[in-house]
Amino acid sequence: MTEPGPISSLDRPNSYIGRAVPRPNARRLVEGRGSYVDDIDLPRMVHLAFHRSPYAHAEIKAVDTEEARTMPGVVGVFTMDDLKDRITPWVGVLDHLKGIKSAEQWPLADGKVFSQGEPIVAVAATSRAIAEDAAERVTVAYEELPPVTDMMTALDPATPVIHPELRDNLCFHRVLDTGEVDAVFASAAAVVEDSFHFNRHTGVTLEPRSIVCDYNPADGQLTLHMSVQCPHMSKNLYARHLGLDEDRVRVVCRDVGGSFGIKIHTYADEMAAGAIAVKLGRPVKFVADRLESFVTDIHARDHKVKARAAFSAEGELLAIDMEDVTGIGPFSVYPRTSGIELNQVVNLTGGPYRHAHYRVDGKVVFQNKNVMCQYRGVGHPIAVAVGEHLMDLGARKLGLDPVAVRRRSFIPEDAYPYTSPSGAIYERQSHQACLEKLVEAMDYAGLRAEQNALRAGKTYRGIGFASLIEVTNPSPAFYGVGGARIASQDGCTLRLDPTGGITATTGVTEQGQGTETIIAQIAATAVGVPIDKVRVITGDTDLVPYGGGTWASRGAGIGGEAALQAGKALRQNILELAATILQAKPVDLDVRDGAVVDDASGVERMPLAELGRIAYFRGDTLPKDVQPELIATRHYTQRGYPFVFTNAAHACHLEVDAETGIVRLLKYWVVEDCGRVINPKLVAEQTRGGVVQGIGPALYEECLYNAEGQLLNGSLADYLLPMAAEMPDIEVLHVETPTGTSELGAKGVGEAGTAGAPAAIMNAINDALSPFEVTLSDMPFTPDKILRALGKIPIREKSAGT
Amino acid sequence: MSTRLTITITVTVNGEPMTAAVEPRMSLADFLRAEGLKGTHVGCEHGVCGACTVRVDGRTARGCLILAVQCDGLAVETIEGATDSGRLRDLQDAFIDNNALQCGFCTPGMLLAADELLRHRATPSRQAIREHLSGNYCRCTGYQAIVDAVEQVAKRRAGQGS
Repeated sequence: MTEPGPISSLDRPNSYIGRAVPRPNARRLVEGRGSYVDDIDLPRMVHLAFHRSPYAHAEIKAVDTEEARTMPGVVGVFTMDDLKDRITPWVGVLDHLKGIKSAEQWPLADGKVFSQGEPIVAVAATSRAIAEDAAERVTVAYEELPPVTDMMTALDPATPVIHPELRDNLCFHRVLDTGEVDAVFASAAAVVEDSFHFNRHTGVTLEPRSIVCDYNPADGQLTLHMSVQCPHMSKNLYARHLGLDEDRVRVVCRDVGGSFGIKIHTYADEMAAGAIAVKLGRPVKFVADRLESFVTDIHARDHKVKARAAFSAEGELLAIDMEDVTGIGPFSVYPRTSGIELNQVVNLTGGPYRHAHYRVDGKVVFQNKNVMCQYRGVGHPIAVAVGEHLMDLGARKLGLDPVAVRRRSFIPEDAYPYTSPSGAIYERQSHQACLEKLVEAMDYAGLRAEQNALRAGKTYRGIGFASLIEVTNPSPAFYGVGGARIASQDGCTLRLDPTGGITATTGVTEQGQGTETIIAQIAATAVGVPIDKVRVITGDTDLVPYGGGTWASRGAGIGGEAALQAGKALRQNILELAATILQAKPVDLDVRDGAVVDDASGVERMPLAELGRIAYFRGDTLPKDVQPELIATRHYTQRGYPFVFTNAAHACHLEVDAETGIVRLLKYWVVEDCGRVINPKLVAEQTRGGVVQGIGPALYEECLYNAEGQLLNGSLADYLLPMAAEMPDIEVLHVETPTGTSELGAKGVGEAGTAGAPAAIMNAINDALSPFEVTLSDMPFTPDKILRALGKIPIREKSAGT
Repeated sequence: MSTRLTITITVTVNGEPMTAAVEPRMSLADFLRAEGLKGTHVGCEHGVCGACTVRVDGRTARGCLILAVQCDGLAVETIEGATDSGRLRDLQDAFIDNNALQCGFCTPGMLLAADELLRHRATPSRQAIREHLSGNYCRCTGYQAIVDAVEQVAKRRAGQGS
């Protein structure tokens, strides 16, 4: 099943597939008429603020809430003991991650705190300001416990065990060994190795995490206004842990101000808001402020990797051997776990290449820092950066060009479908075509010549490549088999209204990436109506088909296929009814541009509004055995492979100032193969935004902790994000290898930019500095690290725990 | 506990006088949002992200760094007012055409910042656009489409001689 199926259903006269249609929901956003959670005000609504732990690890000896309770405007003050009758704890493990363990987690601290910022007391008041005032008046007596912060010593016998019931600080351990690795290294023409640090960073969604929990005790209905990616998952989790009838929990998700994997997890403060809403019987709003976000939004990465690679004399990658340690904070995050990231690193390192020999030892360890979990790219940036850096080191050692070693090592085009040494199955990839297109687009030869010419004048420019694979369109193998109620299937319902308009509801969700647009494009194409006749509704679990929402780059590939099949089914229903009315055969008719037409001539026979009028209001004119069904629902589960892999080739061109250590980005290129491109502008913009979210942690972003587990730069004044002035123009080109797993042929694209950028940046910096014979692999590549590597300023001992 | 101190202020918001009793600590952004103007977004509350950008007496300002009481007697314009005036229409159209927004949370502030640039420099270079917009974070787009949109509008406006 490697060849794409026929595309007749997409190749229709009024097809919108492949067109850069603007987003219909953009107008209200540019006019400030969006609807984000904090914009919601409900009658009798109270606002939550939390008293949070200043310590990374401590026992709570006493809590005094007396003063807070008596302040005017305070409606309720809650400790964990006050909520235990309303909520049950959770544990972030999955059955298919063998041996993974974590501790029970409660919405408020239950006697101990395990990281700075952990909520201890919740205050509900008539305004957020009053709630914050009262939260400040709460006093907590702590007994400090030794914090475990350095992931490299977390498993040492001398290190305290964070959760004694777990016996050690090991969350998850995965080992993979294809065998014969040592023998291949022993006989290889070249062996290279390096150690890597992948810094902790975080998502910084511009709209912080926000929730309004509206519980109506009269009918037992809990309505959750949430800023999330997966409404149905949230519905299940709140029902399960609040002990409510799941059928009476409704999640409504309207505009989401950025998510990137941040708003997909279970957060203690948000769960507390749910429990307090049930307890109070009135709406409760919690909106994290930016300082709370930095210490509680999931952090990303935090890996230390040692890796080596073996090459033949011709530059073919033969084997990879690596060790990865990941620090995840005190809990594996529920329900997706903090083990998936390591799994992806193991599965994907060296992914584009035919290296038969592979060994990995990966450990996920607990620490007293904020939790780490799935953020845009999940494991990919580590896997790609390690693999691509090793490719460049191999090229350098063998005196070969980095492009040449990649060409030499790619999985051959005739080898697909291909099973990787980690067991991943690649349907078909286009590494060769992407790299060749990239090299041409960037004028590689010209840039090399310029690089050499400029070096004479001490201008150091570098070119960095990254070829990558990305996991998209997951099957139930990702979470469903592990016991999590996270749907991998998704559905779409299309209804023809009496006006001739189409109302579409879909289980996939919109966070600005353009989901609603591509669903409209597909529905309009499949049914045969102008796109402005399609209205798309997402995010409301009372209205939309049950589905997984947005994760693992699945919206277009899974949700899009459901929309295509629903559109085909609705068109068939329309044609059958039209054939009855027009006394024709369905096969001789088609729907185009909002009208039933004669298929052969294209001559209009009946507008859809007329068909709708007859169907809905003049059923008396139809034969008795004809019941119009102008609605169709279809679901789609990707079952062809565990995942559908995309691929891409990135290149970065930059200049390093050897006197200041400052990196200036000159240009960035991406050749992306996400299968069938539904909307080239949206694909390009997903790619550009993704690249910048990979550039950020490569050059600027890091959550810096001290040895006591205190976050040192938890504000936007201290945490550096990419800004407009420093970012390069990013050229995006396409190669299209549609997947044969679906008729639509679309794969995902949301995360590939983030996956590749850290590798391309790292390789470009090292290429720029190659005259100095230094290599950097400790992200972020800040000016001080570059100057230290160049010997311009002294090497600094890193303090423990950072 | 004593009753909270409030001060009565009158601010002209989008051309309409608005009188309210506010606590001295209330930020302008919180004041505007409490008055129903939800297009002013609060992203960091410490003056970095730019999502709360509004115009105070004709100049852009951080709604989170000005107190509402400081605006007594001043004229404030938000994205709602700037939209109603039609002044941003070409920028808004260009943002849509270029897909210069994804989640839209930064967009009102970004538009007001871009508008201010174009009022002072008719045809800024791409780098000048990038530098001017560096007080406004966008986490979704990577900025290029925003720069494209602003550049396009600058050129069109210059071409029309306005």
